[in-house]
Amino acid sequence: MPEQANSVVVEKLVKRFGDFVAVDHIDIETRKGEVFGFLGPNGAGKSTTIRMLCGLLRPTSGRAVVAGFDVARDPESVRQNIGYMSQKFSLYNDLKVIENIRLFAGLYSVPAKDLQGRIDWALEMANLKGQENLITGTLPGGWKQRLALGCAVLHKPPVIFLDEPTSGVDPITRRQFWDLIHEMAGEGVTVFVTTHYMEEAEYCNRLALIFRGKIVALGTPSELKRDSMTGQLLLVECEPLGAAVEALQAAPGVMDAAVFGNALHLVVGDAAAAQPQLRSYLETRGISVSRMEQIWPSLEDVFVSLTTASNTAEERKP
Amino acid sequence: MTDAIQPAIKAEGLSKSFPGVRAVDALSFDVKAGEIFGLVGPDGAGKTTTLRMLAGIMPPDSGTAMVGGFNVVRDPEGAKHALSYMPQRFGLYEDLTVEENIRFYADLFGVKRTERDTRSVELMKAAGMSEFPKRLAGKLSGGMKQKLGLVCALIHRPKVILLDEPTTGVDPVSRRDFWRILYELVTDGVAILTSTAYLDEAERCHRVALLHQGKLLFCDTPANLKAEMKKGVLSVTSNDPRSLRSCLQHAEGISSLVMTGDGLHVVVDNAARRIPEFEALLKGAQVPCDPIQQVAPTIEDLFVDAVGTGEPAHA
Repeated sequence: MPEQANSVVVEKLVKRFGDFVAVDHIDIETRKGEVFGFLGPNGAGKSTTIRMLCGLLRPTSGRAVVAGFDVARDPESVRQNIGYMSQKFSLYNDLKVIENIRLFAGLYSVPAKDLQGRIDWALEMANLKGQENLITGTLPGGWKQRLALGCAVLHKPPVIFLDEPTSGVDPITRRQFWDLIHEMAGEGVTVFVTTHYMEEAEYCNRLALIFRGKIVALGTPSELKRDSMTGQLLLVECEPLGAAVEALQAAPGVMDAAVFGNALHLVVGDAAAAQPQLRSYLETRGISVSRMEQIWPSLEDVFVSLTTASNTAEERKP
Repeated sequence: MTDAIQPAIKAEGLSKSFPGVRAVDALSFDVKAGEIFGLVGPDGAGKTTTLRMLAGIMPPDSGTAMVGGFNVVRDPEGAKHALSYMPQRFGLYEDLTVEENIRFYADLFGVKRTERDTRSVELMKAAGMSEFPKRLAGKLSGGMKQKLGLVCALIHRPKVILLDEPTTGVDPVSRRDFWRILYELVTDGVAILTSTAYLDEAERCHRVALLHQGKLLFCDTPANLKAEMKKGVLSVTSNDPRSLRSCLQHAEGISSLVMTGDGLHVVVDNAARRIPEFEALLKGAQVPCDPIQQVAPTIEDLFVDAVGTGEPAHA
């Protein structure tokens, strides 16, 4: 086994397309058995990074070592030593369960002597023992997903990449799926997750946020919620809501005011100091406040705060 | 036209079956003018089928659907002008520009040219798309495409808007922009019914219907739904969530326990009683962690509590 088999190590990685720097000197170092989340808005450099890490795209400069192999020098070994699963596409729906497993075993060059053992393992894991001949497309979502994961790890890769693995799945199935992922991580597999969904991000041990080609935040979900937000959040319930938003756009010390269901979310510098001021500001304008309290930001608040902090116009470009 | 007291959408006992599956099962709810109502549930819960029945493009097996005061089965033409339906894959022409797509939909709905031009300027501004009317729709990002779809769907000033998972595949920043547009629309008295598979998105709606396997689990405001949850929700953070779990998973009073990236999310019968008990257990096992906190339940907690974890609850 090569050194750093169970990890993804990225140093000063750069990818340029002409004048455009898609990935700009990023550094990542995952730990063995870690579930690492990689987040970023569309066009931030996320997919370009993943394609480099999977040995599908050659970096312009810098270095990335995945499962112990250099992605630029030995992309073929990288591809043979990782697993990849996406919720959108992973299995052939018109093939039987067993045919999908055999196909992936072939793609990942599972040695003949291990084949039967791995097939049995995958069927067991997906709860599909005795159902080998079912057409994959007819399986319920949760089963299909476990089968997709089983197929992605048939060759026992030390590193697996998951792309929005549980989007749209019901919460119970999703919880079971992530338990399985954490179990694999517990056995030392490094799991690299990309997602837009903060519900999935919460399951990661650490998160990195990429924006305009650079890593702008790194930490555990709790650390990001605690430390990475510009300002503090206030929840305000008041009547009438529409007039309140308009008034608050111009209020001193309010960085952002947005409707959130039946309430408002405000971003302010210091929540404790702002509360009495904002209360009287609203009340002098005929708006009655029924509730005002500081709330913890969600991962989505953090994400939006970090990616819209500077130059909103730039971000709004299609 | 619509009576102000009458709901903008009224579904009564709507049902639809497909071979082998009851996709929508006796669903009743109503949506008022000026309200954003969320149809929330995982894939396969019956959201798309419900929206199709309300849009008048799929007849229900039984039950009635009234939209903008029109019965969609008996008076589909009347309903068609009152509503706008944006399916998951909205039919944008990728080789037409932003502007050309808007004109196409305006013509389709018979919108007069002067009306079309003012409305289009107004909507493009709200969607943050004013700067690129000449861009090909195929060159837009996922979030922008969804916004253009919404602009096209709104060009004839419908009273009722039906949106099928408009934010699926859209990043959080564009998702927030999209919601900002929806909140602006309802101030004009439009009724919006939107579906989502993301339970956290339910919190942005004024009221939600939580669906599971074609059946209505709950229908209320997110705040009332959470208030109804009698169980307590605890958050425990630690650098070593696996040890946390092995220490607490068989503790008394737990109805659900989820390991997240840096801790546990636990639903218990009585938070005040269990917090000190759990802290003592963790201390005894020498598992380091931050003080246990009681947190507000999420819509997901409610869903899981209603549907059951498939395992017998302890308490």
